[in-house]
Amino acid sequence: MRLLLPESRADALDLLARTPEAVPVAGGTDVLVHWPTRIAEHDRTYLDLSPLSDLKGVHWHDGALVLGGLATYWDVIRDPRTLQELPLLVSAARQVGAVQIQARGTWAGNIINASPAADGVPALMAYDAVVVLESVRGRAEVPLADLYTGYKQMRRAADELVVAIRVPRRPYVLQRFVKVGSRRAQAIAKVGLAVTRSAAGWRVVAASVAPTIRRCPALEQLLTDGGVLRSPDDLLPAIAQDVSPIDDIRSTAAYRRLVMARVLFDVVRSA
Amino acid sequence: MVLLEGISASYTSTAGNATSREDRRAPGRFPGVYSAPVDRLEGLAKLTGRERYVDDLPLDGFLWGATVRSPAPRGRITAVRLDPGVDWSGFTVVDHRDLPGPNVIALIEPDQPVLAAGYVRHVHEPVLLLAHPDRHALRRAVAAVTVEVTSEPAALDFRVPPRPEEVQYGTDNVLKHLSITKGDVERALATAPIVVEGTYETGAQEHVYLEPQGMIAHLDGDVLVLRGSMQCPYYVLKALKHALARDEHQLRVVQAPTGGGFGGKEEYPSTIALHAALLTLKSGRPVKIVYDRGEDMAATTKRHPALVRHRTGVTADGRLLAQDIEVVMDGGAYVTLSPVVLSRGIIHAAGPYACDHVRIDGRAMFTNAVPFGAFRGFGAPQTHCANERHMDRIAARLGLDPAELRRRNLLRDGQSTATGQVIGDGTDRIALLERALTLAQYDARRVEHARFNAVSSATRRGMGMATFHHGAGFTGSGEVMLASRLHVAGLPDGRVEVRSANIEMGQGTLTVFTALAASRLGLAASDIVIAEADTARVPNSGPTVASRTAMVVGRLVELGCDALRARLGLDQKTTGDSVRSAIRRWHDSHPGEDLIGEATYERPPGISWDDATYRGDAYATFGWGAYVAEVEVDLRTYETRVTDFVAVQEVGHVLQERLARGQVQGGVAQAIGWALLEECRWRDGAMENAQLTNYIIPTSDDLPPIRVAFVENPYPFGAQGAKGLGELPMDGPAPAILNAVAAATGADPCAIPLTPERLMGMIEGRMQNAELQEGT
Amino acid sequence: MRSHSAFTTPHSALSITFTLNGASISLDVDPAERLLDTLRYRLSLTGTKEGCGEGECGACTVYLDGLPVNSCLVPIYQVRGGTVVTVEALDPAALQPLLASGATQCGACTPGVAMTACWIRDHPELLATHTIRELLAGNLCRCTGYDGIVDGIGATLEDRA
Repeated sequence: MRLLLPESRADALDLLARTPEAVPVAGGTDVLVHWPTRIAEHDRTYLDLSPLSDLKGVHWHDGALVLGGLATYWDVIRDPRTLQELPLLVSAARQVGAVQIQARGTWAGNIINASPAADGVPALMAYDAVVVLESVRGRAEVPLADLYTGYKQMRRAADELVVAIRVPRRPYVLQRFVKVGSRRAQAIAKVGLAVTRSAAGWRVVAASVAPTIRRCPALEQLLTDGGVLRSPDDLLPAIAQDVSPIDDIRSTAAYRRLVMARVLFDVVRSA
Repeated sequence: MVLLEGISASYTSTAGNATSREDRRAPGRFPGVYSAPVDRLEGLAKLTGRERYVDDLPLDGFLWGATVRSPAPRGRITAVRLDPGVDWSGFTVVDHRDLPGPNVIALIEPDQPVLAAGYVRHVHEPVLLLAHPDRHALRRAVAAVTVEVTSEPAALDFRVPPRPEEVQYGTDNVLKHLSITKGDVERALATAPIVVEGTYETGAQEHVYLEPQGMIAHLDGDVLVLRGSMQCPYYVLKALKHALARDEHQLRVVQAPTGGGFGGKEEYPSTIALHAALLTLKSGRPVKIVYDRGEDMAATTKRHPALVRHRTGVTADGRLLAQDIEVVMDGGAYVTLSPVVLSRGIIHAAGPYACDHVRIDGRAMFTNAVPFGAFRGFGAPQTHCANERHMDRIAARLGLDPAELRRRNLLRDGQSTATGQVIGDGTDRIALLERALTLAQYDARRVEHARFNAVSSATRRGMGMATFHHGAGFTGSGEVMLASRLHVAGLPDGRVEVRSANIEMGQGTLTVFTALAASRLGLAASDIVIAEADTARVPNSGPTVASRTAMVVGRLVELGCDALRARLGLDQKTTGDSVRSAIRRWHDSHPGEDLIGEATYERPPGISWDDATYRGDAYATFGWGAYVAEVEVDLRTYETRVTDFVAVQEVGHVLQERLARGQVQGGVAQAIGWALLEECRWRDGAMENAQLTNYIIPTSDDLPPIRVAFVENPYPFGAQGAKGLGELPMDGPAPAILNAVAAATGADPCAIPLTPERLMGMIEGRMQNAELQEGT
Repeated sequence: MRSHSAFTTPHSALSITFTLNGASISLDVDPAERLLDTLRYRLSLTGTKEGCGEGECGACTVYLDGLPVNSCLVPIYQVRGGTVVTVEALDPAALQPLLASGATQCGACTPGVAMTACWIRDHPELLATHTIRELLAGNLCRCTGYDGIVDGIGATLEDRA
């Protein structure tokens, strides 16, 4: 195992440019799962991000909440303003694992790990979050909704780090996060939904029903059109256009599809 | 059998409250002094992390051991290749040829090899053992071994008869066939006014003891010592003697503090002990094997999956006329304990009810699955799940309240069980049910639920019950065959040491034995020592299984204390300081000698069992339970939450209330997990979801406070009136929950785990349910 | 103290310094170690247990910079300059209510539970937004059904109040 220990952000970016195969490690809660048994992973190179203190914490600005590249779920849970203005971030954070994971897991790590079942990503995406990437070449900003190009594929060069996530501040008339897992805590989502409505329009973001977390344009259009929805079944055609759930070790496509319709119908009806 | 009048005492706990006790015990009615409550002896050590389990023990110069396993469910091993890129000179390598004795793990049948010898019968079957001082190098080495198997057709579905090419045991893959017959079921069914049928399935369950399997082997001179996580040191000793062809004096098995067992460390430790022993014998070094969680879940035993069919004849007013029951269990690829699991399963299959005509036919099937084994309840949870769900379906068919159906059929004293055992213990089983219903506020809440369900769009609420029993101790002549022995020794400093092979794994053995000995001899808890369960020092008091430790072995503790007094020439009323000083005086005049009171098991009078016909007194006594579950089902996601749970039981006299309450709560939680959350997903007969991320057990946030009440009826032949307790709580929750979900939603669930996906399928009408038929 | 010798082959050593149970400690580690491995096998602090290796069971819970974390998911190189507290540093007197309430049976989950329990007791303000059961959900227990633990934590909070 090779370990790279940068002392500053510039140092980290430089190391990453020279060693693009290095795995940046933020909270470690994804990288270290079953570590002793994943022997091939022991031969890789790791870049420790933890000392980069300027990436820590959550920062409120006039137009946006900025989550640092090392901001954790717990940082958000304990920030009283987030609960007030961007409550889906707190809902999502509280449903990630349990306290021990929330204390270490980072929003940026969740984005980069790119699990189709991620908890933080749907909430961020429903808030139009923007991912701030940085490399030795400078900064690039990518809307989270455009970041993923396929299963575990994203618009990020190997030497780019997530240094911040910018969440615009705006008033919302509706914001709901629903995670259907196998149990109340320490669960991977079988179906995840983050829904917001504001002057910027409807945002419907789904998790665990496609190779990536994604916005649902057909559903957003349906809701924007404003027609009467009599039952969850009315959502099924748009759902079929937007997502492609599968049978896997945790659940079935039929369950995911039906539950997504039910939950979304419930959310929309409560508006 | 002595009849005891009335109910002597009862305890009720509610979350957060101290226990209230109503003591209606008549003075002098039951002999002996009841123990005072004692704090868990080893509790502070556990809380502070000072209690040392296998992987915590200091060990010098040892090798880590690991297992290379079969990738295929069945076939001939054509090659075992060690990657030439690895320097194998630093490794100890063991295969079946290194066995000094027969390549057999001694248990019931000699069919399971210690290491596969050219042929494998299940995925993860052990083939090769490796040892090395560096654990990481060892992991790399395991990955560098390739086991090549020429696959043959595997039997992977126990519910259907095997195809000819899948037969690998006998002529039909039936590992064991047992049946119980009472009266004339065929005639009774033919003449019954109404016949109700049902088919029920229960899934496998993984123990998830929080401490994985682990074992250390080392040589102490020419004595091979095994120390590890286990429930039965003498089972391990027997297995070592046999396969290592080693004399008992060259072997020593010591139980280390054990982080949970639940049956998963009943027979499996023999396998891991043999593996560690072989590596030690070959390398000459101490060897430690500790399983990774994933390996533990995938490669070790689990609860037997079961399929149970019922055909029940009843009168229109709900009396049971005939019970025709078929039980099929998946035993996996080796016999292990399947015959005994099947036995207990069928004995309990007809429930705690009076019925003159009963036929129970049971088969344990061979399949190429990882072998199934002991798990708390040992066959009874499976058959009780089926029977108690079936009772509610019968009630629904008859338009009867489920409680009323049970009232009309629960065994009364003088009536007999399916095996013809006449019950006469004086327990009012109907009052037990009433107590549970009262604590659960059954009548009032059902009205509330009906109102709620009528107006609620998103969720539905309901309650369900189960009444059940659990035989304490070994079945039939099992306890006689065990011939348990126990010693109570007087130590030179005047303290008393209890020497038994029964171990602590959280259920409170250390505390209960201490309290029993202390109260028997009038000593303080600090005057009592419980010896380590070390086969070199303690006699064979039998395995820590079958809910026998407090009741049967605890009684031996008492008798051992009496024997010690007798040895000292003291009269049995002598207690306290007089005992202590008598012990010290004895040692002064017998320096260097052992002062021992010995107790041996004696069967209680009036018990007779016929193993050939499976008739008679299956158990010395039964514990009785009545549980009520309240659920809320979310119709959007089909998730079921248990919102309240009441567990009422009669287990003789409760020796240590806090420990007993904890056992009930833990068992209920484990059964709730089995009913709703825990699903084994199979590929080639092995567990595909062998991670705690994907095999879901309840967290604290998934359970309500579990409300426990005990009704007392001291059992004269158990320690201070105790009956077995540890497994009974596993029998009731699953069917109570199925019944509650049925009440809440109108669905007809007949299989567990009742995952949201399954419940959705039923309610959306896409799955077939069991049918109700009318008789002619 | 005897070591458990999990790392005997020469892996490139990393020198780190951090605060452990109130005292500064410097040692050479294998960068592939998890904090759990360093504690158990290099420092013989075996109170912290390994139950799953995947951050689900919480048996490996320690405090890192004041927060409970799964030490099986913390790379040792991220502990440099940090503050670690293990179960060995808990005040046994503070654990008495957990003994009385039946919070422990087999004990395998118990050190992790004790860590989370004491953390909750020291942060009662969290109960304004969280229930005890939610805060405890990262500690799996197979023996108790959680009532003994939840009751014990409730009792410690009352004692503090």
